Amino acid sequence: MLKFPIYLDYSATTPVDPRVADKMIPYLTEKFGNPASRSHAYGWEAERAVEEAREQVAALVNADPKDIIWTSGATESNNLALKGAAHFYQGKGKHLITVKTEHKAVLDTMRELERQGFEVTYLDPEPDGILDLDKFKQALRPDTSVVSVMLVNNEIGVIQPIAEIGEICRDKGIIFHCDAAQATGKVAIDLQRLKVDLMSFSAHKTYGPKGIGALFVRRKPRVRLEAQIHGGGHERGLRSGTLAPHQIVGMGEAFRIAREEMAVENERIRMLRDRLLKGVSGIEEVYINGDLERRVAHNLNVSFNFVEGESLIMAIKDVAVSSGSACTSASLEPSYVLRALGRNDELAHSSIRFTIGRFTTEEEIDFTVDLLQRKIEKLREMSPLWEMYKEGIDLNSVQWAAH
Amino acid sequence: MFAPIYLDHNATTPLDARVLEAMLPYLRSRFGNASSRHEYGRAARAAVDEARERVAAAVGAHPTEVIFTSGGSEANNLFLKGAAACLRPGLVAVSAVEHPCVRQPARDLERAGWRMHEIAVDGEGRVDAADFAATLAQRPALVSVMAANNETGVLQDIPALAQQARAAGAWFHSDAVQALGKIKVDFRALRVHALTLSSHKIYGPKGAGALVLDKRVELQPLISGGGQERNLRSGTENVAALVGFGVACELAVARLEQDAARLRALRGQVEQGLAALGARIFSGGAERLPNTIFFSLPGLDGETLVAKLDRAGFAAASGSACSSASPEPSHTLLSMGVAPDIARGAVRISLGRDNDEAQVAQFLAALRDLVTKLKNMTALAV
Repeated sequence: MLKFPIYLDYSATTPVDPRVADKMIPYLTEKFGNPASRSHAYGWEAERAVEEAREQVAALVNADPKDIIWTSGATESNNLALKGAAHFYQGKGKHLITVKTEHKAVLDTMRELERQGFEVTYLDPEPDGILDLDKFKQALRPDTSVVSVMLVNNEIGVIQPIAEIGEICRDKGIIFHCDAAQATGKVAIDLQRLKVDLMSFSAHKTYGPKGIGALFVRRKPRVRLEAQIHGGGHERGLRSGTLAPHQIVGMGEAFRIAREEMAVENERIRMLRDRLLKGVSGIEEVYINGDLERRVAHNLNVSFNFVEGESLIMAIKDVAVSSGSACTSASLEPSYVLRALGRNDELAHSSIRFTIGRFTTEEEIDFTVDLLQRKIEKLREMSPLWEMYKEGIDLNSVQWAAH
Repeated sequence: MFAPIYLDHNATTPLDARVLEAMLPYLRSRFGNASSRHEYGRAARAAVDEARERVAAAVGAHPTEVIFTSGGSEANNLFLKGAAACLRPGLVAVSAVEHPCVRQPARDLERAGWRMHEIAVDGEGRVDAADFAATLAQRPALVSVMAANNETGVLQDIPALAQQARAAGAWFHSDAVQALGKIKVDFRALRVHALTLSSHKIYGPKGAGALVLDKRVELQPLISGGGQERNLRSGTENVAALVGFGVACELAVARLEQDAARLRALRGQVEQGLAALGARIFSGGAERLPNTIFFSLPGLDGETLVAKLDRAGFAAASGSACSSASPEPSHTLLSMGVAPDIARGAVRISLGRDNDEAQVAQFLAALRDLVTKLKNMTALAV
């Protein structure tokens, strides 16, 4: 039995895994203590739960639990990492590097740092969405202090070569931050091996609750940050504020499940994604956005030429998808990520992001493919551009009459 | 299960059952991202909007004046740093008894060229009128005074202080985290430009709070990227916690008079028992929150007493939870001119909805017992 709308927007947020919710509820009922309360059992019990969750989060990415700082989410982690490191290391230089396809939480933070007197280089990725390492090396300067490159892109799912970027940065003594909000549970992360100094995590993209995230802050070699939220001195003084054990426990359990199940789960999801890919490939004039190999199995971002993305989303409203990231979905601008890949406005405007997850079924994929085929055909029937294209007219050579 | 009697409601409160019930659907089937435009997203957005209306209504504000944050600490930081970033560096003045999440960000502004002043308090912990006037004469740009102190529970005369600060041209902020749900908190009547609220002190979930902000105050966000909360606080909304916060606010206001009267009676019962033991009650001569008793017993160390109380089955505190890792005596008490050795004896009892007369009687009996034993030990040692 299909339940509508079918959810294919797992990169916007994921449902909380029922096992995660079950773990959280005791901390919303009898185990309500403030982990900072050091004088009674309610506080100790909460603190123990927080530390156990810290170990679970660290285990997924093979990090030392002491290097994990709790935040309210990946957006805060990205802000803390970039502002915190840029300010702390400004003595070394005030040049920062990132990529045009990063999440807004990185790009907007960089814009703010520019207003504060930092200089930022925004690199173009290749048309496949991947950052070219030679171009990256060429952008480095003696005064480059911080580099931020995400692990997995939220819109097109491509995986950046962060192992190589880390080596380059470490060599030159540059702080390397990586936003891994979309990566946990999808790609293996080994922070003992990767030369990443700061890494952002989110719970709600990995079947945990919203409102909780973490920042990995390497202690060996030691990375320093300026705190952004001051107060009681929680989290090694880097992030003050009462911890929310129910959310932290939820993130811990979500990351435990991810670690234990990701290998099997990713295979199943890859099979579903391939099924979806095969289905949409049967439609004419379809373009896959982003490299298909160096990409997480969960993501398929497709442009349906001669179909307007917004109209398509309306036409397939039995399926919950997005035309870009949720954070920018209120705007009708074409995706800045696709524009950065060099896609023209028409293709960028006709894109749909399908993201598959733990609870997606074969039946749901088949329904979606069938719906897409029917609706796209219908929408194209109404399109004069499609008609011209079918008649063999090269639309780029058409001289449009001015109005 | 062994469940100690909880007497530390100023540290955090248990969740109200109705709050939990309202939250659960958002931890289960209604999981959408409030920024998504499909049905899942719209359901989440509607829930966040409703929560915002509830929080606004609880403090007599307009929903568009409510900026959701991850909690009180973030809201206090957002106001101080956010407003400072839009102003030329000048004087920031906060009361000496503020929570560290007000004093620390104010102190941090010094690195950006600001001067920071801690406004003196009198022996009861109330803002000293003369120092407040002298501070305003120096034309501070930002002033922050909490509505109720987390340790002593002492209340400040916020409308009067805010009025004077306004006349002097300052933005006036008040941390009302401890006041909400215990005394009436009205954004307009308080005359403040900004107000900090927290969910987990009013039987709501941890991880949610708000800055209620007069729109004339320009702010720079602390957290950017995504543009949520009118661009003042980015990040995917914590829908379940916000829903819980909204319901907790509604309940807090609906129950305010009933709760306050009951708590005041229980507090009277505690204080009567303490008086018989010769306790000194800090800020005892001032208007205080109806649930808070901060006291010391002659010759007894607060940490020791609290540890013994824990073993006897009573969860109390020797000061605020946030600084409970530090062995220093309470900053609040030292600011009030209390001698360090007396401040070291301080114990905080903060009562809540789940406490009753029988529990208070048990607590007093246990305390009497402990005091007798500790005194005997001291006597033997001498």
